[in-house]
Amino acid sequence: MHSEVPEKKKIGKLLKLPLNHAFNMSIRSIRIRFGRSIIVTSSIVLGIAFLMSILSSNAFIMGIMEKGPENLKIALQQNLEEMRSRQIWLVSLSLLVCVVGIVNAMLMAVTERSREIGTMKCLGALDRFIVELFLLESSMQGLAGSIIGVIIGASATIFIYLLRYQGLIWSIFPWEPLLKYSAFSILLGIIISVIGAIYPAYVSAKLEPAEAIRREV
Amino acid sequence: MPKEAIVRTIGLKKTFLLGKIPLHVLKGIDIEIYRGEYISIMGPSGSGKTTLFNMIGGLDKPTDGKVYIDEVDIAQLDAYELAWLRCRKIGYIFQTFNLIPVMTALENVMLPMIFGGMENDEAMNKAKGLLETVGLGARLHHKPFELSGGQQQRVAIARALANDPAIILADEPTGNLDLKTGKEIINLLKEMNKDKEVSIITATHDLKMLDVSDRVIWIRDGMIERIEDRENLQIKVGEVEGEEAG
Repeated sequence: MHSEVPEKKKIGKLLKLPLNHAFNMSIRSIRIRFGRSIIVTSSIVLGIAFLMSILSSNAFIMGIMEKGPENLKIALQQNLEEMRSRQIWLVSLSLLVCVVGIVNAMLMAVTERSREIGTMKCLGALDRFIVELFLLESSMQGLAGSIIGVIIGASATIFIYLLRYQGLIWSIFPWEPLLKYSAFSILLGIIISVIGAIYPAYVSAKLEPAEAIRREV
Repeated sequence: MPKEAIVRTIGLKKTFLLGKIPLHVLKGIDIEIYRGEYISIMGPSGSGKTTLFNMIGGLDKPTDGKVYIDEVDIAQLDAYELAWLRCRKIGYIFQTFNLIPVMTALENVMLPMIFGGMENDEAMNKAKGLLETVGLGARLHHKPFELSGGQQQRVAIARALANDPAIILADEPTGNLDLKTGKEIINLLKEMNKDKEVSIITATHDLKMLDVSDRVIWIRDGMIERIEDRENLQIKVGEVEGEEAG
């Protein structure tokens, strides 16, 4: 009846989560909660699109100031001072909207999975695994959302300027700043999503498993 | 037969704070559970069963007192060792099944093995074997929401057995199941208890569980009311079906 189990006496430490598994789990998690992921992602899209439209509209004005025809330059020059301060105001506002929206969406998405986090801990997940999983998931959502947001924001601005100045914009088309702003917005989108997800994931992961499972959201 | 304590608690106390009022859920529990035993912790709702279960499983920290798993004081373990203990030594089964919703039955069973560092192919084979053992060989690739409650609980049992634990802790494993399915789950647990010589500790108020338990620990108001051996129980309960003592 009794089998000998001598080596079981000592407690080990080796636990791991291979990256490809983590990656698979995150992708799956996004796919299965597709509706949910769409909401989270769309809040990233909106924030980034807003930011990108402000930034690219900035780029166009600067382009016109540099290479545009004289009459336009003079017209723009007159209210440039006033516009500058408004621009700064708008950019900071859009950044704020972006941050609050994304952090809020991530906070909800992670907190409602508290029980899942508790279960994983019961199965032997380290706190680090859980944070890693959410980091992967949120950075993928952040990347996808930001790319879409940048495309929407930039094309909306291009469309508006096309209506206002017609063919003129192609001659002054500010490729370089646009690309620079796109890269900036995408990076920002990812960073904010990761920050927004890491914090609640860390809090949930730190809880005792019993508490994480019990926690109602 | 030498009895080896796999779980031992000494003066276990747990106090929760409800606002500013302390609520003493466990008021000093001393139990010893031996290797290979099937133990039921019985008691009315609110008696502290689940809290005791969480303490024994290292899922929550006691306010006072000690828990020894296989002679190791779990309060002395760091986060890595505690995770290792949960991964290798203990299998958990919950009333609400708690499968990972995004994973198939097979992947759910594989997860603890992956955490434990097993190779993918090896884990997959073992998980398949376990799912066949619990009678779900045909449903390897179903997601939890595509399975009935009883089937989900079978997956949970297979998952609990993944790393050949010394102890399986089951918190109300039949609480969300109908009578017949509950009975099947209990029999499955008993089978695993006999075949794999794993100690099973259930917190329950399901009287069907009495039939298969070696000992029953009755809890009331955070204290042990009495501990009964199976022999004494059979007289009391009166109706015991089939099952021979393990």
